[in-house]
Amino acid sequence: MNTRSTHAPIIRMVEIQKHFGSVIALAGVSVDVYPGECHCLLGDNGAGKSTFIKTMSGVHKPTSGEIFFEDQPMHFEDPRDAIAAGIATVHQHLAMIPLMSVSRNFFMGNEPLKKVGPLKLFDHDYANRVTMEEMRKMGINLRGPDQAVGTLSGGERQTVAIARAVHFGAKVLILDEPTSALGVRQTANVLATIDKVRKQDIAVVFITHNVRHAMAVGDRFTVLNRGKTLGTAQRGQITPEELQDLMAGGQELVKLEGSLGGTV
Amino acid sequence: MSQTAQSKTVADERVKEMSAMRRALIRPELGGIVGTIAVFTFFLLFALDSGMFNSQGILNWSTVSAQFMIIAVGACLLMIAGEFDLSVGSMIGFSGMMIAILSVTFGWPVWSAIIVTFVVCIAIGALNGYIVIRTGLPSFIVTLAFLFILRGFTIYLPQTIERKTIIGGVRDVAEGDWLAAIFGGKILGGLFTWMGNNGMIATFSRGTREGQPVVDGIPMLIVWAIVLVIFGHFLLTKTRFGNWIFAAGGDAEAARNSGVPVNRVKILMFMFTAFCAVVFATCQVMEFGSAGADRGLLKEFEAIIAVVIGGALLTGGYGSVLGAALGALIFGVVQQGLFFAGVESSLFRVFLGIILLFAVVLNTYIRRLITGER
Repeated sequence: MNTRSTHAPIIRMVEIQKHFGSVIALAGVSVDVYPGECHCLLGDNGAGKSTFIKTMSGVHKPTSGEIFFEDQPMHFEDPRDAIAAGIATVHQHLAMIPLMSVSRNFFMGNEPLKKVGPLKLFDHDYANRVTMEEMRKMGINLRGPDQAVGTLSGGERQTVAIARAVHFGAKVLILDEPTSALGVRQTANVLATIDKVRKQDIAVVFITHNVRHAMAVGDRFTVLNRGKTLGTAQRGQITPEELQDLMAGGQELVKLEGSLGGTV
Repeated sequence: MSQTAQSKTVADERVKEMSAMRRALIRPELGGIVGTIAVFTFFLLFALDSGMFNSQGILNWSTVSAQFMIIAVGACLLMIAGEFDLSVGSMIGFSGMMIAILSVTFGWPVWSAIIVTFVVCIAIGALNGYIVIRTGLPSFIVTLAFLFILRGFTIYLPQTIERKTIIGGVRDVAEGDWLAAIFGGKILGGLFTWMGNNGMIATFSRGTREGQPVVDGIPMLIVWAIVLVIFGHFLLTKTRFGNWIFAAGGDAEAARNSGVPVNRVKILMFMFTAFCAVVFATCQVMEFGSAGADRGLLKEFEAIIAVVIGGALLTGGYGSVLGAALGALIFGVVQQGLFFAGVESSLFRVFLGIILLFAVVLNTYIRRLITGER
C-alpha cells in the first residue's frame, strides 16, 4: 500500500458527529478512504459503525463535521445522491430477490433497453451476456443467466451484489457485515471477491466485528468504540489480539480471555 | 451456518444431474399446460358426441374461458406485483351498472358512458392501491372493504334511481355506437359465412336465418381476452416494467434499494386490474343488453384461482400471464364441459376446490425448488 502516497483519498470524513436527540452516536470520527484499499471498520455492537456508514452513504446527515468526496465537500440529500456519486452500499440482507433470475436481479433498477420499432424493450441478450461475464470474473460459474438467485449460496449472493455495484460504476463500495451470516467457505469466497474489487482501484469499506475476517483482507483498520475512533492502524502494525482488545474496550476481554483459555 | 453451506453443495451436485427436468419444472406454466392437456383429453374421450366440439360448442366454452381470461390477466400481474384485489367482482357489477345508468337512465351517448365508467373505475383502482401503499395494510383487507362498498352502491344506485336492480335496454341505445361495437361486436363474420356456405360449420336449417351459420363471428370478448393476454405476457417478460413487477412482488424492500419505483408499480397494477374488470363488464353489458346488481359475484376468487392454477405464487414475485390464461381456459372448458357431459353442474365447484388445492401444493413445492428453501 505504498502506492497510497500517489493517490488522494477518495473520501474523507472529518470530525463527523451525529446526535440522535440526547444520544451521541458519533462523537467526532475522522476516517480517510483511498482508492484501491480495503478499509476495515471494526467495532462491537452499538459502537456506531452503522451510523457512520449511513452517514457516508447519505442516509443520515451529520450533526457536524464534513465529508469530502474526491476533494469536494459533499452534502448528500438522500442515498440516491450518494449512489449517483459512486458510493454503493451492499446490505447484508435485502439486496437480492431469490425468486428472480441472476440476470434480472443484476440489472434490477438499471435495466438495459433496446429499441424495437417504437418500443423500448428489456434487452435480455445483453443482460444475460454481461451477467455471465461479470459472474465469471468473480469466480462464480452459473448454470445459466436464468438461474434463480435463490439457488445461490449466501456468499454467492453477496458476490452478485458486489459485482452489480462494481459494474454500475461504484467508486466506493460499503459492505455492511457481508460475512456475519456466512459459513467458512462462503466467507472465504466473499473475502476473495473483496480482494478482486480492491485490485480494480475501488475503495472498499468493510464493516465487520470479526477480527479474523478483517485481518484477512484489510489494508487499514479503524476501530470504533462508543462513538469514537481509537485510531487507524496499518496492516502489519497491529496484531489481531490488539484489535480485539480495542474493540472490546480493553480490560474486560483480557480477563475473560484468560478464563476461556484464549478461545475468543 | 456451516450446515447450510454443506447442504448447498450437495444440492448443487444433484441439480446438475436433473437440470433438464428441473428446468421444465420451474417454468410457472407447467401446471397450466399439464392441466389443459388433461382436461381436453378427458372431454374428448367423454363428451365428443355431445356437441362440445362443434362450432357452437367451441364458441360456448371459448366465451366462458375468455371471460375468465380477461380478469385473470389483471389479477395475475397484480399478484406477481405482490398484491390482491378482492374487489374485482364488485367492480364488474358496479361498472356495468354505471354504464347502464348513464346511457339508459340519463340518456348519455353510450361511448361517453363507457369512457366515463373506465375513468371512474380506474381511479377507484388507483385509490385501492394508494390506500394499500400509504397504510401498509394487506391489500386483502383494503380491497375486501371495496368489495362491500362497490357492491353496496351497485344495488343502492339503481334501487333509488329506477326502483329496480336490473337495468335493461342497453342494446337499443348502443345500436350503431362505435365504442359499444368494440366491446359487443363480432369480427370475421365473412369468414364464418364462407365456412357455413362450404359446409364446414353448422348452419340454420329453418326460420328467418336459414342458410346463415349458427356461429356468425368471433365475439369481441374473445378478441379482448387474446389481446390482453398477449399484452400482459409481453409487458411482464419483455419490458423493463415487467422486471419491476417481479421485483416489487419478490421483495419490495430490496427492489426499493435498487431504485425500482415500487409504489408506482403497485398502484399501476391496481389500476390495470380495474381496467380489466371494466372490460369484462362492458362486454357483458353489451352482450346481455342489461346490467344487473348481482353481476360479477365471486369473480375475484375465480380470477385468483385461474392465476394460481397458472403457477403464480400467492406471495408474489413469481408467475406467468400465459399460465393464468391456461388456468382460465381450464376453468371455462370444465365448467361448460360438465354441462355438455351431462354432469350435475354443482360438481363444478367441487372440481374448483380440488384443483385449487392441487395447484397451491404444487406451487409451494416448485417455490422450494427455485429458492432452495427447506
